[in-house]
Amino acid sequence: MWQQIRSNRIRSVFLVIIMGVVLALLGYFLGLYFTGSGFGGLFIALMIWAIMSLIGYFQGDSILLATSRARKINPDDLPRLYNVVEEMKIASGLEKMPDIYIVDDPAMNAFATGRDPKKASVAVTSGLLQKLNRDELQGVIGHEMAHVRNRDVLLMALCAVLLGTIVVIAWYGSRFFIFGGMGRTRRSSSSGGSGGEAIIAIVAIVLMILAPIFAQLIYFALSRRREYLADASSALYTRYPEGLASALEKIAGSTEQLKSVNQATAPMYIINPFRKQGMSAQDLTSTHPPISKRIAVLRAMAGVSYEEYSKAYQQVLHIDKVFIPAGAAAAAGSVALRHAQPETAEKLDEVQRIRETTNALWNAQKYGIINCACGIKMRLPPGFKLTEVKCPHCGRINPV
Amino acid sequence: MTILIWVIIGIVVILLIAFVAIYNGLVRLRNQVKNAWAQIDVQLKRRHDLIPNLIEMVKGYMKYERETLEAITKARTLAQQATSAGPAERGKVEGELSSALNRLLAVAERYPDLKASQNFLSLQEELASTENKISFSRQFYNDAVMQYNNQTQMFPSNVVAGMAGFKPGEFFEVTVPEEKEVPKVSLT
Repeated sequence: MWQQIRSNRIRSVFLVIIMGVVLALLGYFLGLYFTGSGFGGLFIALMIWAIMSLIGYFQGDSILLATSRARKINPDDLPRLYNVVEEMKIASGLEKMPDIYIVDDPAMNAFATGRDPKKASVAVTSGLLQKLNRDELQGVIGHEMAHVRNRDVLLMALCAVLLGTIVVIAWYGSRFFIFGGMGRTRRSSSSGGSGGEAIIAIVAIVLMILAPIFAQLIYFALSRRREYLADASSALYTRYPEGLASALEKIAGSTEQLKSVNQATAPMYIINPFRKQGMSAQDLTSTHPPISKRIAVLRAMAGVSYEEYSKAYQQVLHIDKVFIPAGAAAAAGSVALRHAQPETAEKLDEVQRIRETTNALWNAQKYGIINCACGIKMRLPPGFKLTEVKCPHCGRINPV
Repeated sequence: MTILIWVIIGIVVILLIAFVAIYNGLVRLRNQVKNAWAQIDVQLKRRHDLIPNLIEMVKGYMKYERETLEAITKARTLAQQATSAGPAERGKVEGELSSALNRLLAVAERYPDLKASQNFLSLQEELASTENKISFSRQFYNDAVMQYNNQTQMFPSNVVAGMAGFKPGEFFEVTVPEEKEVPKVSLT
């Protein structure tokens, strides 16, 4: 069942290696140009990369969660979300329940982090919780679980670090080139500058300009591929592609933009947080495939399997490229779709969902609750010092 | 002559390595099946534990539904007695329990007071989620069984499986009587 992930991973690793080669070339030629020693430059580039990788590997998830201002919640705060995550954990066969975080933001989005499936976290925005019904939420969580299960999180973090290193080196390289140019010219003229030096200079300049762009394109291509694979896995877990399709439709229709996000963390989200309204062109510079296409592929699925998804993908995008190798997909076999959740399971309307989500947010911020005898509920901030509080409705004095 | 001996030794070593690799692969798959089965077991137990709470809560509202309540209690007792049985036997009794539970939830629709109660709503969320977890763990289990069975039946791993006594796994299906009668509506 998981061979297709493996074969997809080989192609991903190939792209990562190309990115590594770009970094090595950049380091080598910059070193050759500035210090006359190519391997010195290579060594410095690899050192920077190694240090950034170590930080990313051990601290990446907490940095991401902190910069997106996510708050951890307990099972009792939000039973619906907790249950949906647990359902998807079971369906995907993960060994350990991931931590659940919620981001107080009206924009609809979700992301997963964690360097390996045993230490993963899933974060969703409060906007998403308020607007999606259970089936839709399941589809979104299934997509995030697929990222964890397929180890996309680790792969994308690795790539983000590589990309970051290339960008940083190219940036500092170009500064040195402009401001340190004078001293450099004098030294080269004293050694009787030759044609070889000029060629090295040109190669270094070209690399400084092109390497970041090239690396970014690879990063985006990699990210788009993983998105389609995660969609396919989500459909396989839930047996209900319509759930994710309808969730994506709702997300596409919302106009809110996520507040705390940056270029490097964008691929971790379920949809591109930087998207502009109405963007639909198959854009080379996007981390995510266009939503309309993802929805169309999901809706074109007749049964649930990687092969079905691959077929729907070719049909919708009109290309013959095989998304997942046929040999691997055939072994998995196709399974029938399930029906929508019956009405009885769909108890919460939007008002109830909003109330539930807001309560969970208050709890996560450790607000205390006081129930007044008149039926009013009062929330006290965590640093509340007074010993009693007056009810604004009936005027009773309540002890804290 | 010496070359021939070396060739034979080489072939034997390769066969031995292949045997060990295939054997380990089979063990890994069999453990995956066992692990998946344990997951189902956890969820079924969880459902058994939820039912007394449900009955306790519903009792006050449904004075005239004694039969429905007795049916569900009986189905639960039967299901609890079958906890050590194989997948096929268990699928049957759990199916009975599922249909009794569905009947109770359908009846509950007729009691607006009950439906409005916050406790009932949260219990219903728990029950619905447990049902989902059962079906998801069953899904994962059946996938694992299929993978394991394929491996025990396909050449060359079937030779190793036969020699080492790997028996094919059993699929788990919860057969709910009502579910089969649902007509499929096609809108196209």
